[in-house]
Amino acid sequence: MSAAEVVAPTRARGAFGRFFRSELWLIFGRRRNWIGGLILAAVPILIAVVIKASGSSGGDTFLFGQITQNGLFVGLAALTVEMPFFLPIAVAAISGDAVAGEANLGTLRYLLATPVDRTRLVLVKLGGIGVFTLAATALVAVVGAVAGLALFGGGGFVTLSGTTLGFGAGLGRLALVCLYMTLCLTALGAIGLFVSTLTEQPIAAGIAVLGLTVVSQILDQLSQLSAIHRYLPTHFWYDYGELLRDPLDLTALGPGVLSALVYVAVFTAAAWARFTTADVSS
Amino acid sequence: MTAGVVDAAQPAAVVTEGLTKRFRSGQLAVDGIDLAVPQGSVYGFLGPNGSGKTTTIRMLLGLLRPTAGGASLLGHAMPDGAAEVLPRVGALVEGPAFHPYLSGWDNLMRLDAADRTAPAVSASDRIHTALDRVGLAAASAKRYRHYSLGMRQRLGIAAALLRPRELLVLDEPTNGLDPQGTREVRGLLVELARGGTTVVLSSHLLAEVEQVCTHVGVMHRGRLVAQDTLEALHARGAPRAVVTTSEPAAAARVLAARGLADVSVEPPGASAELGSAAPADLVAALVHADVPVSGFRVSATDLEELFVSLTGEGFDVSG
Repeated sequence: MSAAEVVAPTRARGAFGRFFRSELWLIFGRRRNWIGGLILAAVPILIAVVIKASGSSGGDTFLFGQITQNGLFVGLAALTVEMPFFLPIAVAAISGDAVAGEANLGTLRYLLATPVDRTRLVLVKLGGIGVFTLAATALVAVVGAVAGLALFGGGGFVTLSGTTLGFGAGLGRLALVCLYMTLCLTALGAIGLFVSTLTEQPIAAGIAVLGLTVVSQILDQLSQLSAIHRYLPTHFWYDYGELLRDPLDLTALGPGVLSALVYVAVFTAAAWARFTTADVSS
Repeated sequence: MTAGVVDAAQPAAVVTEGLTKRFRSGQLAVDGIDLAVPQGSVYGFLGPNGSGKTTTIRMLLGLLRPTAGGASLLGHAMPDGAAEVLPRVGALVEGPAFHPYLSGWDNLMRLDAADRTAPAVSASDRIHTALDRVGLAAASAKRYRHYSLGMRQRLGIAAALLRPRELLVLDEPTNGLDPQGTREVRGLLVELARGGTTVVLSSHLLAEVEQVCTHVGVMHRGRLVAQDTLEALHARGAPRAVVTTSEPAAAARVLAARGLADVSVEPPGASAELGSAAPADLVAALVHADVPVSGFRVSATDLEELFVSLTGEGFDVSG
């Protein structure tokens, strides 16, 4: 390896994809995240088993009431109970870790000296958060659907409008709910990414994001603050119920989708602005 | 006192002009330094802890933005030229840092994947070669968290050697290594330098710097207080003739009679500035005068003395 052999560096083909896969492998190869996944997946199994064992007709709410008719509703019910807290915990942990975790380990300085362009790093980290979020919601839905179908079978899929859909259409509605939740949670992840550029403590960043989630949901309950409700990051999270109506009206989700996209754009830009000018002294 | 060491025929690998860093706390960590590291040199970057060496290295690599002044690596201004120049630069900054739950191999794969100039097909070859060079091939599958301090340091060096480099910036590369490992790393550096790689070696081990470096820069409280070739720095001090004897007074008389300056009696012997005297003549004169000479040596100014005279302190933490 003599200096004479050194050639001017050129960009290797597929370099961005390779770095992105490396990021996914870092997230999905980590034992801590597998344990988190097991906890997320345990909820739908718990719901299915308890309802089956009790022999009751499900529950008082619409979603729980449908479980014994159609197993897919185990997935929907599990997503509903995990959306306020469990799923945000997972997203807060991953997004808080994004930059702060690398800074905390010191690997950030070696990535930047490699060099990794800081804009590229922000995009790869955001992409990693997005893929993880999709995987987390899909995990809950799939485990719920499989456990539900095994225990209760797949009957008619009753909508909130009272009509009954076929199995395939019901599966499609479940997938749409997953996608909508993924978008909402990715907005939370973008906030986490920004917080993660402010500190070298990944746990602190994660807790801050989780705290924000809880506070936002509390504020959303106070009718005196209704003027600001639509600006809260969690306000439109439960609009996915619109996806269970017949006929399907996707425009009802417009405000939620818009809110999430604005949150992603604003906080990714903030993370970029902060990170590209920051001194890295960790 | 910053002597220029670069001539036109030898373009510099690292140049800084008035490089300054003041942290938000107000602390002036680096104060207007003009580094000049000639291409192909092994540059010993010395200074007490807290003297600004690591802050300087962080600015060279584009991790910190200078408050004033600028730096360029291999002819490219930093940090703007980072994408162009850093693939040709290997670095070890403030100790190794890796993901503890990944193996040594996987950690290098992560860094290789992050380098957008590294072709994926040859990644395994690069990693294998780098691990082999630092003697870690056998431990490549072990998780980083189970590595000893010396193994971690070796992995850090392997990461710096993943690609062929024109410039290596190594901050305390032998930290935590046993004597055998230190020798191996020193040998590796000499081999790389012979191949034409410029090496900037920050160290507090003066003996190590003396053994491998061609050039030396000394930092003190954020300033570069000396920068020159190792030879020129050695020549700055006057060599002394040192006699070991049971009759120091008699030896001192002989040295004075031969016209040597600054004669001093320091049991178990005497010493004086050698000046232009020939050491062999001095020994003959001492023996003629019946001084029982049990030892005679000429001491060059060693770096440590020079260092103390430049910084007015040993390796204490500067404030």
